[in-house]
Amino acid sequence: MITEDVTVSAPAAPAPAAERPRRRPGAKRRAWDEVPRWHIYLPLGVYLLFTLIPFYWILLFALRPAGSTSLVPWPMTFEHFDKVWTERSFGTYFQNSVLIAVATLVMTTVVALAGGYALARFDFRSKRGFMLALLCSQFVPGALLLVPLFQIFARLRMINSLGSVVIAETVFQLPLSMILISGFIRNVPYSLEEAAWVDGCGRFTSFRIVVLPLLRPGLIAVGSFAFVHAWNHFLFALMFLSDQGKQTIPVGLNTLMSADSVDLGALAAGGIIAAIPVVVVFAFIQKWLITGFSAGAVKG
Amino acid sequence: MAQAAAVAKQPAPPRWRRGSATPRRLPYLLIAPAGLLMLGFIAYPVISVFYYSLQNYNPTKPWRNGFAGFDNFAHAFTADPQFWDTLTFSAKWVVVEVGLQLLLGLALALIVNQTFVGRAAGRALVFSPWAVSGVLTSAIWVLLYNSQTGITPYLADAGIGQYGTSWLSDTSTVFPAAVVADLWRGVPFFAILILADLQSVSKDLYEAAEVDGASRLRQFLHITLPHLKDAIVLSTLLRAVWEFNNVDLLYTLTGGGPAGETTTLPLYIANTSVDAHNFGYASALTTVAFVILLFCSIVHLRLSKFGGGDK
Repeated sequence: MITEDVTVSAPAAPAPAAERPRRRPGAKRRAWDEVPRWHIYLPLGVYLLFTLIPFYWILLFALRPAGSTSLVPWPMTFEHFDKVWTERSFGTYFQNSVLIAVATLVMTTVVALAGGYALARFDFRSKRGFMLALLCSQFVPGALLLVPLFQIFARLRMINSLGSVVIAETVFQLPLSMILISGFIRNVPYSLEEAAWVDGCGRFTSFRIVVLPLLRPGLIAVGSFAFVHAWNHFLFALMFLSDQGKQTIPVGLNTLMSADSVDLGALAAGGIIAAIPVVVVFAFIQKWLITGFSAGAVKG
Repeated sequence: MAQAAAVAKQPAPPRWRRGSATPRRLPYLLIAPAGLLMLGFIAYPVISVFYYSLQNYNPTKPWRNGFAGFDNFAHAFTADPQFWDTLTFSAKWVVVEVGLQLLLGLALALIVNQTFVGRAAGRALVFSPWAVSGVLTSAIWVLLYNSQTGITPYLADAGIGQYGTSWLSDTSTVFPAAVVADLWRGVPFFAILILADLQSVSKDLYEAAEVDGASRLRQFLHITLPHLKDAIVLSTLLRAVWEFNNVDLLYTLTGGGPAGETTTLPLYIANTSVDAHNFGYASALTTVAFVILLFCSIVHLRLSKFGGGDK
């Protein structure tokens, strides 16, 4: 493909490839530069409104006092946050969600890294079959496996333990993560590893020293996916955790929504608490995300 | 390609032999954790779903449990109008959602791929809903669509809709309302995938096209689109499967209502198994859903000749 050379260098250079040739002196960039800017700003502005109004709305309800109808959250109050955090036990939910999401991140990354390496660097019997299984597993609806999964966890005496949710989330993250990671590893030239062996490194040492640093953007992308998914996903926690003190943030939000009289301030504050970790992760990984994708996923 | 050649000339550097894993066993060892997890928590459940689909299985009515043959399937296809309703709604939902997400996502990606002042911030902002969960999306849009507290009175002022209706509880507005809520989160996904691939289009191609006097439309049709084909094929497929399977949003946004108007097949299955405890029937429906997904995916990949030649 035409793009081969561009993508190979991608994981090593986090800066988007498009950035580079932009300011080349004397290059003919006229057709792109002469576009009147409103071509960009107008549609982008409209889309931004669509994106941001919902965010603003939830912020408004979270910050203004109950009963106020003002469109500006002033005077600002944090009573809703206080209430949700203590009375609605979002503090506990938050802790559980963090535990689940971090454990899922670690498990997914480690297991997918090992599997992805095998897929990228070896030819072994049943590799084809395994790849096919990975693909097929994408069509298995997680929601539809609730009952058998519930039975399995019941037999393992894991109902009502956070571990059940971690396993379920990890398993459903694995196929895509492994495909992505094996894509990233393929983009690291094999000769680099061979060179390290010649210098006397073992396979694991050479992997750690040579390949792993180059995989960082990809791993960050995969790990944050796993984190965000586990943080956001709702059904497994709802089904496998019956104990109030074991619940997660999305389940707490759903409880707030389906309560008889919906406390909108609490709902909005809970929503913001739910969004904060994801927003932080997202802001942190944003620049790696696009490179990570272009290096791995899309090239299949 | 390259790795095939590399694998062929592996003269086993002696260092490997120090570890317990010989190179021949190494790939299996590496793949084992993933394989075991998927075997235990995907393959086995799938098989048990197939098994239960042929059983009457309802823990609350144990006296009727036992082998049922294809009764469950027969019931679904001939005697259960709700099954057909949910199936039609699922199809409508997936087609509308994925179609709109593709169009808007492509447009958005093309916009933010250009250079302009404030691009980084613009990208971060328009992509941000992608990270938001289904439940949170529901919470936000429940607030917005509420007839008292939402944005609907303001829209009514502007002549869109009427006063006092909650868009989610009205059968005539619930579908577009749910679609918009899901678009809010879904469009950024497409835009990110497409943008990622846009970045790898060689700029030289556009320069050459300009020298030849090709219009921007022609550049788009003959350079950009063909280049994006694989990304589009893959992301529409992923998204369609996701939109079909995902129950988080509709479960919490509308609960499948009003009057079953927004119940997708997976939502119906969840209700059948979790609320009605009819596991046998739910398993049969699951099998149908799985077959449909698999079939559509194969057709999709075949029609688009995905990855032809590569591998």
